[in-house]
Amino acid sequence: MWRYDAFLPVRKEDALDMGTGLTPLLKADNLGKLFGLDNLWIKNDSVNPTFSFKDRPVSVTTSKALEFEFGVLACPSTGNLMGAVAAHGAKAGMRTLVFYPSDLEKGKIIGAAIYGPTLIAVDGTYDQANRLASELADNYRWAVVNINMRAFYAEGSKSLGYEVAEQLGWRAPDHCVVPAASGELHTKIWKGLQEMGNVGLIEAPKTEMHLTQAEGNAPIVQAFENDWKAVKPVKPNTIAKSLAIGDPASGMFALEVLRETGGTAVACLEEEVVEGIKLLAETEGIFTETAGGVVISGLRRLAESGKIKRDELTVAFITGNGLKTQEVVEDLIDPVETSPDYDDFEKAMNERGYQDLANPELKVP
Amino acid sequence: MSVTVRIPTPLRRLTNDQDKTTVDGDTLGEVVEAINVQFPGIKDRICDESGDLRNFVNVYINGEDVRFLNGLDTVTNPDDEISIVPAVAGGYGN
Repeated sequence: MWRYDAFLPVRKEDALDMGTGLTPLLKADNLGKLFGLDNLWIKNDSVNPTFSFKDRPVSVTTSKALEFEFGVLACPSTGNLMGAVAAHGAKAGMRTLVFYPSDLEKGKIIGAAIYGPTLIAVDGTYDQANRLASELADNYRWAVVNINMRAFYAEGSKSLGYEVAEQLGWRAPDHCVVPAASGELHTKIWKGLQEMGNVGLIEAPKTEMHLTQAEGNAPIVQAFENDWKAVKPVKPNTIAKSLAIGDPASGMFALEVLRETGGTAVACLEEEVVEGIKLLAETEGIFTETAGGVVISGLRRLAESGKIKRDELTVAFITGNGLKTQEVVEDLIDPVETSPDYDDFEKAMNERGYQDLANPELKVP
Repeated sequence: MSVTVRIPTPLRRLTNDQDKTTVDGDTLGEVVEAINVQFPGIKDRICDESGDLRNFVNVYINGEDVRFLNGLDTVTNPDDEISIVPAVAGGYGN
């Protein structure tokens, strides 16, 4: 991502660079066929150093925190951010402190713990952990990346917009479909595209910026549908824990971007979160976490409702890795069980109805 | 009835750097008026022109966001702890 340092508040030579960014933009023909979309692309940002897009904002923030000589890097997190903070802090030689709701998925906790942070499990929601961290940030000399460092932090996510424009051959997509927690990412992808337009690297973008949430926590969708100017906070109750922010800090700005660009905010049903995860894996070979399931199921709704038309260039943003939220797909573990004996194997396969696997023809989708 | 109010850094220039104060009030609205008597000008930072809580100021009573209670009409009880916390969003548009 540091190829774009001219657009970021840190110079390349000062950046704490762990190899974040320039993640694959993949044409998704199989999934597109299912949804009736001929020009669908997946920006797979789940393959960053700590397996989510959060490495982008944290790379910028850590660089800035070093410049300001903070000794501690901290954050309240729904899971992905704390992995990024712990890893960047480790690399930078800083102490790290991460606050998270105690019911978080194990993969995210371990995905941060391995880098050696002080883990603070808050008995409450993300919003409560965030409030606590905000109060602490007032009195402790900590760089809390998404609170007192937020102005720098937020800039890092713009790089997703730059990369997509470059990877498409210097043009903006017709549609972006983005998961929303605080709403920040949605606004910053748009800002990134606009900046590319402002400097003339692409034509002025006319992208419709859509955002997706799960019904168990959809305060931005609710405000959009009711045409409210501000977001009313809700109490999250969703399996999409990485998006479970009931009081989204940038919700109001996301609403502005939705209206400015003609985008739509759409909520998927809770049961569609896992459906979306499985669909992306089975069609495109990409294993995403719950937020990605929300994106895929939201995308399906946008396509079915005609908001996105068949030939329009659409980019769906997959921001986190499925290995962090394995709990939600545990029912997949249902193997054929057999002894290491030839006959036993065939018997077990037949019992499960896998006779058709003996000599199937290759069917190219 | 006397409640404790935590003051965030950006408002401490109005409170002579005090990070906490104790005031009387039976509702959050009365509490805000009482702090404003102690530290003139602070109400304008918490409430907008129409007297409602500002969008980027969150107020909590014993940890609960008052938007889930009755906002400024929320009844306060003795020994309640009230926190004023600025909501931080990130530099959009600039």
